Amino acid sequence: MTAFLDSIGYNGWILPVLLGLPLLGAAALFARAGSTASADERMAGDRQLAFWILLAEAVLSLGLWWSVDVASPDWQAAVKLPWIPSWGVTFHVGLDGIALMLVLLTTLLMPLAVLGGWTSIREKTASYYGLLLILTTGMLGVFMALDLVLFYVMWEVMLVPMYMIIGVWGGQRRLYASIKYFLYTMIGSLLMLVAIIWLGLAAQKQGVPNFSYDALLELSRTGGFNGSLWLFGAFAIAFAVKVPMFPFHTWLPDAHVEAPTAGSVILAAIMLKMGTFGFLRFALPLFPVAAMHPAVRTIMLVLAVTGIVYGALVALVQPDFKKLVAYSSVSHLGFVMLGIFAMTVESVQGALVVTISHGISTGALFLLIGMIYERRHTRLVDDFGGIAKVMPIFAVFLTIVALSSIGVPGTNGFVGEFLVLIGSFPTQPFYAVIAATSVVFAAAYMLWAVQRIIYNPLVKPENQALKGMDLNWREIGLMIPLLIAIVWIGVYPKSILQKTEMAADRLVRSVMTAPVSDPPAARGEGN
Amino acid sequence: MMYDLLVPSQLLAALMPDLVLMVGAMVLMLYTAWKPESAEHQRSVGYGAMALVVATMAAVIYMATSNAAAAPGVIAVDPFRWAVDLVILIAALGTIALSIEHNVREGIHQGEMHILVLFAAAGMMVLAAGRDLMVIFLGIEIMSVAVYVLTGLNRRSPKAAEASLKYFLLGAFATGFMLYGIALVYGATGATQLDQISARIAGYGLLGHPMLLIGIGLLTIGMAFKVAAVPFHMWAPDVYEGAPTPITAFMAAAVKAAAFATFARIWYESFQMPIEAWAPALWWLAVATMVVGNVVALAQQNLKRMLAYSSIVHSGYLLVAILANSPLGSGAFVFYVFAYTLATFGAFAVISTLQTGGDRPPMIADYAGLWHVRPWLAVGMAVYLLALLGFPVFGGVGFFAKWYLVRAAVDAALNLTPLAVIVVVTSVISAGYYLQVVRVMFMQPRHEDAPELAPSGPLTRAVLVATAAVILALGVYPTPLANWAEQGSMPLFRQQQLITQVVPTVETQGAR
Repeated sequence: MTAFLDSIGYNGWILPVLLGLPLLGAAALFARAGSTASADERMAGDRQLAFWILLAEAVLSLGLWWSVDVASPDWQAAVKLPWIPSWGVTFHVGLDGIALMLVLLTTLLMPLAVLGGWTSIREKTASYYGLLLILTTGMLGVFMALDLVLFYVMWEVMLVPMYMIIGVWGGQRRLYASIKYFLYTMIGSLLMLVAIIWLGLAAQKQGVPNFSYDALLELSRTGGFNGSLWLFGAFAIAFAVKVPMFPFHTWLPDAHVEAPTAGSVILAAIMLKMGTFGFLRFALPLFPVAAMHPAVRTIMLVLAVTGIVYGALVALVQPDFKKLVAYSSVSHLGFVMLGIFAMTVESVQGALVVTISHGISTGALFLLIGMIYERRHTRLVDDFGGIAKVMPIFAVFLTIVALSSIGVPGTNGFVGEFLVLIGSFPTQPFYAVIAATSVVFAAAYMLWAVQRIIYNPLVKPENQALKGMDLNWREIGLMIPLLIAIVWIGVYPKSILQKTEMAADRLVRSVMTAPVSDPPAARGEGN
Repeated sequence: MMYDLLVPSQLLAALMPDLVLMVGAMVLMLYTAWKPESAEHQRSVGYGAMALVVATMAAVIYMATSNAAAAPGVIAVDPFRWAVDLVILIAALGTIALSIEHNVREGIHQGEMHILVLFAAAGMMVLAAGRDLMVIFLGIEIMSVAVYVLTGLNRRSPKAAEASLKYFLLGAFATGFMLYGIALVYGATGATQLDQISARIAGYGLLGHPMLLIGIGLLTIGMAFKVAAVPFHMWAPDVYEGAPTPITAFMAAAVKAAAFATFARIWYESFQMPIEAWAPALWWLAVATMVVGNVVALAQQNLKRMLAYSSIVHSGYLLVAILANSPLGSGAFVFYVFAYTLATFGAFAVISTLQTGGDRPPMIADYAGLWHVRPWLAVGMAVYLLALLGFPVFGGVGFFAKWYLVRAAVDAALNLTPLAVIVVVTSVISAGYYLQVVRVMFMQPRHEDAPELAPSGPLTRAVLVATAAVILALGVYPTPLANWAEQGSMPLFRQQQLITQVVPTVETQGAR
């Protein structure tokens, strides 16, 4: 396989192609927006175009699994082109083991997300799918970017499509949810803008700033800013809003609940991960001393654990199943943050596995919610009951996915949380013990909800009417890959762990051994 | 080489584009008076005016590429001037294009409107070139008087009359401040030429001289009036609302660019030395402008007033570029003004084409569901507003403009990082009102009693397409504009270095 990929120069073109293909698709879709065909024909054409492009992305990206050499300390499949030379900005993309997993998660999940909303989006389909494709480019760009300006541009680019997707195709309170989402994220990221510019200027040579990640990483060891609390803070707030960490999480339930199915899937499965990825790629390696400052670390750990417990408790009392899943995300992402700030190889790897498996499980949950919502037009847990009798396949799927979300051994959810807990226990026993309690809560909210939805007696006539409306082939087909992934990662997590091990190991070593560099001579106030 | 304006060839070398524009405008004025007022005549005068602007642009580009030496003297011959001239001329071209069609809709038949735009542009070009306080004052007056008249051109509208009178009275007041400031600066230094002022401040040790400081203060107030910086901004929303929409765009873009250009030139070239005296004042002026403008804009329901406050906000951002007081600062200024002009023009073009006539104000609520009836217009408006917000890719070059500005602030000799933080924080506030329009256009249904929208004319459409295309293209690949802005910034500072080299010799002479 590797030989074949080498023979076609795969590593040389794959990343730009992955970024460019969705944009071409989006352009094609926008060009179709003015066509005079009937609405049904247009919808069919638009969604197929989007689906095939995303499927092509997925197929193309699979080669990365073999072509990326995770043991190498160099960036893989890297491409570097000049962009704005006089400002020291380059188009530089590349992957390491961590980014590889997230890129694959994105490319593989996107076609499924489109399939999930196959019939529910009926208006302005060309614009909807066009925005979805632009969003894909933005997300992939964030995971690939090795230039801080490119990273920032990609980071912001995703805001507008998601804002429009929630605001135009969303539910009842879509206007409120969309603006809240936009403002929260933007407030978080603008301070990062100032920090990025500051860093670029700190690395400047002969008046030309340098925004290259490698150069800044190098400078971080000697440049005196690796303990700068305000620079770390500017990055950390941007990422913490996105994750979201506990006090910044309030946009998430609104956005998740109001977004259409594909939007919820993308938000939960991929976009939240950009926050944790940001910590791993930027906030920690660039400012290791600040991040490991005892006070900062304590704050982050406390917030992570608070998120874990708080998210679980709030999920327990949600009447709306979609909101329940949204709060469960807060809890799961708390695990990721705990794993990251515990800073052992196991905990960081655990954090990565939770990142991936939360994407799969929660994505699957949102897809299932979308399927039942299309049939019943409600998401309230109490409106259901006895669904298993009329929709057995749905019930089986929901049960499996719920178990994986709880983290039952044998599913993907178990591996990650277990690794986080054993990884963080040696260094942070107190927080690990508190976090462990939430495993119980998770079982409580998820199983209780599943019980009320699919088991209780089938009394409501609306639910009895669902007979014969079980999942169709499209829906079964899109769930199967997710179920396979759930079991695969649960049984044989090594396939992920060996890809991320080197990157995690390098990260932990560089962060834990970072020397406190001398403050720079010139700009005192910047620190 | 010093340009001797009494020698015709040298006069031509220094002022060729200005002369093309002024002479052409006068000839065109005669042609306008030749025939009685009518819609067609207005249109043909408009086309003539556009052709003249294009010719002037060609002259400017010729001058810019003919590498005429930057020279001391009352007329600046440097890339900064050409850069600002181009921005002014682009704005004038857009204004005339929009107003040809706007006038037909509103029943304005005076072809003189276009001539006045040309005269105003000529005044602005004098401002961009002026390197002597008297020349600058002349430029301000040529520009202002033309714009006063343009504001009140729609005689049937009481709002326009009110706006015109208000603008005239307050503008005259501001001019008074400025003139008094010029007089005091002259009194303190005995010079009106910018480089001489600078040299004498250094040579005679006038740094703390009260007359000079009061002069600078009065000049600051006059300038703050012209660029509508808080707290001297009160006239702007009323005037912007009352003026014909294309003229509002002209004021928001070109008048501001020209006033800021001379602002930057005076401060960089003359008042380099007493920087401690004015930096704190401008600092607070910038902060007040950014904060007040943004917060008040949030409450606006009338789109034109909202954009008026938004233009006040952008004055605040541009003040940051002036405060940066460095080559980067003036580069950021040129870049920002260019991006801002495009975005402002696009936004006002949308308002202009959607105006239903009469005195009905363009309320934001009237734009509900625009996406469903005029999708491309809605998309264009979203691009312009996101560009004003400084959002990457979708807002195109607006993002890089803000980027350049923040970079100039962070890199400045005075540590302006807190100011940069205020810039980005207030940008978040501005998202509140820019996005409100986007939300209304895309996410709300069309009102049932909403008026039928007339199709846009070809000229308006051309302005819309050109601005949006340039904004988006430069948003992906800003290198050409970045290089241009960088060139446009440097000579100002080569001149500056020259002065600082001269200063010590003057001092040693004084010591002997």
